[in-house]
Amino acid sequence: MTGQQLIISGVGGQGILFLTRILAETAIGQGMPVMTSETHGMAQRGGVVISHLKAGEFSSPLVRPGRADGLIAMKEENVAIHRHFLRPGGWIVVNAKAAPADLDGHPVHAIDADLLALELGNPQSLNLILLGFSLARLAASGNLFCTADQVIGTIERRLAEKGKLRDASLAALRLGMENAAG
Amino acid sequence: MSERMLLLGNEAMAHGLVEAGCNVVASYPGTPASEILSGVAQWQARYRLPMHVEWAVNEKVALEIAYAASQAGLRAATAMKQVGLNVASDPFMSAAYLGVKGGFLVISADDPGPHSSQTEQDSRLMALSAKVPVLDPDSPEQARELVKIGFELSEAFEIPVMLRPTTRVCHANQDILPGPVTPSDRTAVFEKNPSRWAATPKFRHRLHLELEEKLAKIAAWEPTAPRLLNPAAPARRAIVASGVAAAHARDVLHDLGLWETLPLWQVVQPYPLHSSFVATILEQYDEILVLEETTGVMELQFADRYRVKGKRSGFVPEVGELSPELIEGLIASFAGIDAPETPAPSAEGGRRPTLCPGCPHRASFYAIKRAAPKGIFPSDIGCYTLGINLGGVDTVLCMGAAVSQAAGFYHAHKLGGVVPDIVATIGDSTFFHAGIPPLIDAVVQDARFVLVILDNATTAMTGNQPTPALGWGAGGVPTATVDMEGLVKACGVKFCKVGRPGNLSAFTDLMKEAVAFARTEGLAVVIARQPCVVDRTFKGDRPPRRKAAISDACNGCRYCTTQFECPALVYDEEEKRVVIDTLICTDCGVCIDVCPRLAIEEVGQ
Repeated sequence: MTGQQLIISGVGGQGILFLTRILAETAIGQGMPVMTSETHGMAQRGGVVISHLKAGEFSSPLVRPGRADGLIAMKEENVAIHRHFLRPGGWIVVNAKAAPADLDGHPVHAIDADLLALELGNPQSLNLILLGFSLARLAASGNLFCTADQVIGTIERRLAEKGKLRDASLAALRLGMENAAG
Repeated sequence: MSERMLLLGNEAMAHGLVEAGCNVVASYPGTPASEILSGVAQWQARYRLPMHVEWAVNEKVALEIAYAASQAGLRAATAMKQVGLNVASDPFMSAAYLGVKGGFLVISADDPGPHSSQTEQDSRLMALSAKVPVLDPDSPEQARELVKIGFELSEAFEIPVMLRPTTRVCHANQDILPGPVTPSDRTAVFEKNPSRWAATPKFRHRLHLELEEKLAKIAAWEPTAPRLLNPAAPARRAIVASGVAAAHARDVLHDLGLWETLPLWQVVQPYPLHSSFVATILEQYDEILVLEETTGVMELQFADRYRVKGKRSGFVPEVGELSPELIEGLIASFAGIDAPETPAPSAEGGRRPTLCPGCPHRASFYAIKRAAPKGIFPSDIGCYTLGINLGGVDTVLCMGAAVSQAAGFYHAHKLGGVVPDIVATIGDSTFFHAGIPPLIDAVVQDARFVLVILDNATTAMTGNQPTPALGWGAGGVPTATVDMEGLVKACGVKFCKVGRPGNLSAFTDLMKEAVAFARTEGLAVVIARQPCVVDRTFKGDRPPRRKAAISDACNGCRYCTTQFECPALVYDEEEKRVVIDTLICTDCGVCIDVCPRLAIEEVGQ
């Protein structure tokens, strides 16, 4: 894979910036150039937020509609808002009780991350549960530019001095991975 | 530092500032510029640099503080969002005439879209108006590079230089190899020269002539000359682009298979446009496409616009961001080929921004509406603009205008003899920024209204920067404090009381008292004091938690979801009643006092 373009979509407060940063730092760890584009400001107060991530040789920080290899949607309603960014056949990972229907043949992977985050007693862990799930479902088939081990390495480096946060983050990532079977 | 690291555009510019040995940086927060100063404070601490770094009370003060350091021979910078430059435009315009000693960089971040601003104004047009050269980066990495070039340019011609990033540069992250940081060895020496630094109009005329001479030379300065990005195949047409539009154009040319055949010129200094470039580009090509955000500033400088396709010619939209898909369509059309179809969203919009669950402003607006149901509600710039969702915000103009507009509404209605209740809202940081002069004016002119200062002990919207009342500044360093109540009283206000909005019934009573005072006595100020719910820098005591639950008495009337509008209160379409979203509820308990049927009850932890 020479380059990969991802859209990460959700609502302000769900931890999209952190998820995007972890993926981008993992790209750097593999020697890939990377650019991301973030939403700041008023939309972060519970509005629709979107991150673009481009790993590989790109100049523009923005993904054009019809070009994304994958969409990670942290709210089910965001699939309809942002799936036009996907190229034909691009995959969708969505935080939902059940996979939405009628998605033009896009492979879709659904996980009820809200429920798992509540079970974990850590509402802030939603983002990493979804990331763990995405890695387990997509990395092995080459549909994601990085592997779970590489992401674990990034989290361990990034949160090396924040033991509790690191452990909670890794626990959330692993919970998402464990729920990817089937 | 020798490893590539992921840096936000704003952090990359901050690193460029410390690489350039900048001594003084002052800023006021505003999206998308806020992380520049916090980035500088972060690098200053990491490299232990002797710098003065401050969150100033507003952009005008920030620019003047940095400018004085430059007059004393130090390298200095100020950073702000584009509407902040409006506030700072007075010293900015004047400093262009006086010039600088140490390198002086004005970073003004634009927000085409707009994503988080009142306007889409183009700071490059302000630079043109002030006669200040402006640099326009396409990426975080180029922004870092242009910070350093900007200081060289500034010192070579003794002129302020503007760096104009946009949202897509400020809030893009990129893998960057930071350059070496060498601590500055400069010390401030202010050399008196009253005919320059305190120039009277007679001397200003001469300074204006000198400024024009500087600009003519800058329009031939090699390091900022336009750059041809792709192999110069013989071509009849070319693209001229600046800022992130150049980055989009580069990717699009590759994808459309035009990279080898359609020349792409990147302009990093859109004003003054290099004179030789202006003279030759239209001799070299039959037609050029100009891509820039947001105004046609480069386009304006082409003498013969007959063969220029851009904003003024109607080819490129004047309004909104130049997205990469828009640029793809423009380039394909310019090149005479078919553009690939751009898929459209299958659903528009999505949820609107709201005040956070547990936000004290929600309680304030709810109380204001109860105290003055038919009032006029001028408001201001900050998170609390979202009080519009609760019907508690009628006007938003610019920083500080809530106070002057409240006075204006009072005077206007008084002419007709019937004055409605007027309750204005302004945040604590915004009050310090621009709320004090209009408060003095209101007192002096006997304007009668209630001003509610929403004091959440932070500058929340932009990422929880400090205010002058807190006792700490950029990077967490200790500062002196200013007492808000003392300041209000010193302005001549006779009614100044503090309440905690989360204590809803007592706060509503306080609001009613203030409204009654304003009707009969004069201006009343209520300070609604309760910490921001997402502020991780807050060190004091948080209000007690009150866990709420919804009882069977809920009949699904939706009063709470429409009138109180907390995102943690959700109407369940199947059950026909309201439920609490425990994933986001903060246990503030204010909704317990909101339900008219008393169906929201306090329960044990």
